[in-house]
Amino acid sequence: MSSVAAPLVEMTGISKEFPGVKALSGVHLKVERGEVHVLFGENGAGKSTLISILSGVFRPTSGAIRIAGDEVSFHSVHDAAKAGIGTVFQEFSLVPTLPVFENLYLGRELMRGPLTDRRAMLAGAQRLFAELDFDIDVTRPASSLSRAQQQMVEIAKAFLSNARVLILDEPTASLTERETERLFSFIGKAAASGVGIIYISHRIQEFQKIADRISILRDGRLIATVPARETSERVLIELMTGRAVDQVYPKIAHRADGPVIMTLEGLRTAGVHGASLEVRAGEVLGCAGLVGSGKSRIWRAAMGLQPLQSGRITLKGRDVTGAATRALLNDGVFFLPSDRKSEGLQMTATARGNIELSLLDRADVAGPFGFVRPRRSRALTDAIGDKVGIARPAMDRAVSKLSGGNQQKVLFGKGFGDDRDVYIFDEPTVGVDMGTRMALYQLIKDIAEAGKAVVVISSDLPEVMNLSHRLLVFAKGRIAAELSGSAIDEENVLKHFFAETEGSA
Amino acid sequence: MSMPTTTIAEDTVAPRRSNALLAGLRAVFLRVGVLPFFLFATLIAFSLVSKEFLALQNLTNVARQSVYLILVSLGQMLALVTGGFDLSVGTAIALTSVVSALAMVTLSHMLSPDMLWLVIVLGCCAGLAAALVIGSINGLGVAVFGVSPFIMTLGVQSVGAGIALFLTGGVPVSGVPYEFGDILGFGRVFDIPVPVLVAIVAAATIWLVMNRTRLGKHIQAVGGNAKAARLSGVNTTKVLFIAYALCALLASVAGLLLTARVGSGETNLGGTIALESIAACVIAGVSLHGGIGRVENVVLGGFFIVLLQNGMNIAQIGSYMQMVLLGSLLVLAVILDQFRYRLLVGER
Repeated sequence: MSSVAAPLVEMTGISKEFPGVKALSGVHLKVERGEVHVLFGENGAGKSTLISILSGVFRPTSGAIRIAGDEVSFHSVHDAAKAGIGTVFQEFSLVPTLPVFENLYLGRELMRGPLTDRRAMLAGAQRLFAELDFDIDVTRPASSLSRAQQQMVEIAKAFLSNARVLILDEPTASLTERETERLFSFIGKAAASGVGIIYISHRIQEFQKIADRISILRDGRLIATVPARETSERVLIELMTGRAVDQVYPKIAHRADGPVIMTLEGLRTAGVHGASLEVRAGEVLGCAGLVGSGKSRIWRAAMGLQPLQSGRITLKGRDVTGAATRALLNDGVFFLPSDRKSEGLQMTATARGNIELSLLDRADVAGPFGFVRPRRSRALTDAIGDKVGIARPAMDRAVSKLSGGNQQKVLFGKGFGDDRDVYIFDEPTVGVDMGTRMALYQLIKDIAEAGKAVVVISSDLPEVMNLSHRLLVFAKGRIAAELSGSAIDEENVLKHFFAETEGSA
Repeated sequence: MSMPTTTIAEDTVAPRRSNALLAGLRAVFLRVGVLPFFLFATLIAFSLVSKEFLALQNLTNVARQSVYLILVSLGQMLALVTGGFDLSVGTAIALTSVVSALAMVTLSHMLSPDMLWLVIVLGCCAGLAAALVIGSINGLGVAVFGVSPFIMTLGVQSVGAGIALFLTGGVPVSGVPYEFGDILGFGRVFDIPVPVLVAIVAAATIWLVMNRTRLGKHIQAVGGNAKAARLSGVNTTKVLFIAYALCALLASVAGLLLTARVGSGETNLGGTIALESIAACVIAGVSLHGGIGRVENVVLGGFFIVLLQNGMNIAQIGSYMQMVLLGSLLVLAVILDQFRYRLLVGER
């Protein structure tokens, strides 16, 4: 029987083995009522496996789970939901074509005889949204909602089954700063009402605002559980990586008089309403802004990835307005897309195969009649692999089997096949662990210090602030500010983030 | 589309008015798809060619002829809404026709003439069962083994057609009881032709299934986002299986009605119906991406295709050219669907 004193969630000695891999070994986790408990660790540290076990996706190899003192054993997500565990997975689990209220009740429709009770579901959804203070029309199709609103619906869905424990897996990954604020105020409310919250995140600055305790995982083991208020960022990173970290962000030497390599003038495209900028050699140009501010779309338009409405683009003094993506790439531009899975990599090909694609046009690789010289190509791909830090055995494995960090390294590697003049990195470290991050920052430093022009577009504010020599802040499709040197500080940047964005829901 | 004519006095108002018109057309396009535009264009074009096209007599005829395609399209819609499609509907029809006819002929030799009704009912059941086997194989392949619907139903299409030809040796099965054709083919109840009645009942049932039952919502969910459906506790395997089984059954009903109409078991009854039913659905706004589709529009879509064929016949367009036009129309509809889906659901 449950006792009042028992913790809400108690996982003891949880181990999980997959064929050939020990994902978790002997992990303990305790979550109290009303607590916001953060799980922190590098990719592959076991965070996702741990919550997958708690939410019924996997069964542990050994160990016990108690919910409010009662030992439980979940065979499915459904089982866990019945025990009051609501999980908001990283990937949204909404059906875009169905209206919100039908999404809420999907899989547990209210029935009246053999037919679904549409009216009762509609009323139930409205009641729940009113209770949660979410202002969303429940008859709208899920596809018409913003990311944040979809997130709200996901959370509401978890609450519909009276969740006592709410698991949020990287919930802010696709949210804007303001949407994140709303989510946090909600998390605060939920915790105050006694719900236990397990929050998984990479973003230290962010979760320190809401966390009560932080559990750090590394290599499938629990390293420590620490009170959030008394633990500094530096300590957390050291606990996570297991090594002292002097500085995550390298100091990049700035060549002040670098010539202008690329210019965008009066560029207009969907989501960008006239913006001009120039890119200089030996300098890192940062682009910050909320999701939807146009910081990414301006470059996508310049690269020919979305229709250009007007404006002029020059590269090394030549007009390349409206040039095809392929032409720009051949002309010495490297573009690293933000979504490696859908735009960056051939997921079923090997790491080597992916890197090789960027070599095929090289005269020394393409031999007579354009046939590839295998030995030459192999040597070059190996060299690139070494440069970006991919272990040799990983080179010949399918990219889909590699960790997120290694995948991102492969994506970076595609930029080293040929000599380029401009490197555009759109979200260079998205979904990547701290160790890989630091390796990628080092690569960016090397490129910039070799005299190349570098553009870093990022939603990760500390990242883009620390890497940039010059920082453009985008808001509502325009450049709200250009900051450089010591003017780049968080307060200053954030001020421009919201300068013009009132009313954008 | 015809341009609105503007008089001089209206010149200043005209742009705003045409904007409102465009916005209205866009809303209709997003809601219903291309069907209203195609239907409108067809009605205008063929009524210009011939007066008899819009005559009530002709339209009733078209309605009666479109029953078979509507039934198949309703089933096709189920497969499309799950995000797949069924190329083997023609085979389901052929097999239904051959098996039901063979069963009736065999049984009528075995049983006494006063048990004629039993013969007909059992024959129909045999036909439906044959199609159910086809549908189950499709469902098994797509839902359980994860074969792409394209390959699965293409393969089954060939298997079924081969079996139907093997059973009959390619010769039509004659000797089907006269009463079978008399009732299901040419009969009337309350002065409504039986096939039309069957189609009305089928359409109403499918409407209810899609809009007011758990199964219907789950079919939409699987097509909209299969992973999300699974995470929400929907048994996606079961739902997919049922969708393909129902698709074959609906085609089978059309097969029975057609068999009754022609009075013999024929292997070539479902010749081009796979293409036509997919065209009817897509034109009616059923998305090839899955998740989107409305029963009432599909009924209209089936009607539209037959109306178009009727119009082309009246306009004396040869059957070869008709194939060209129908194929092009399908592709055009898919292109527009692509565009519409992007507007509805966004880029992802």
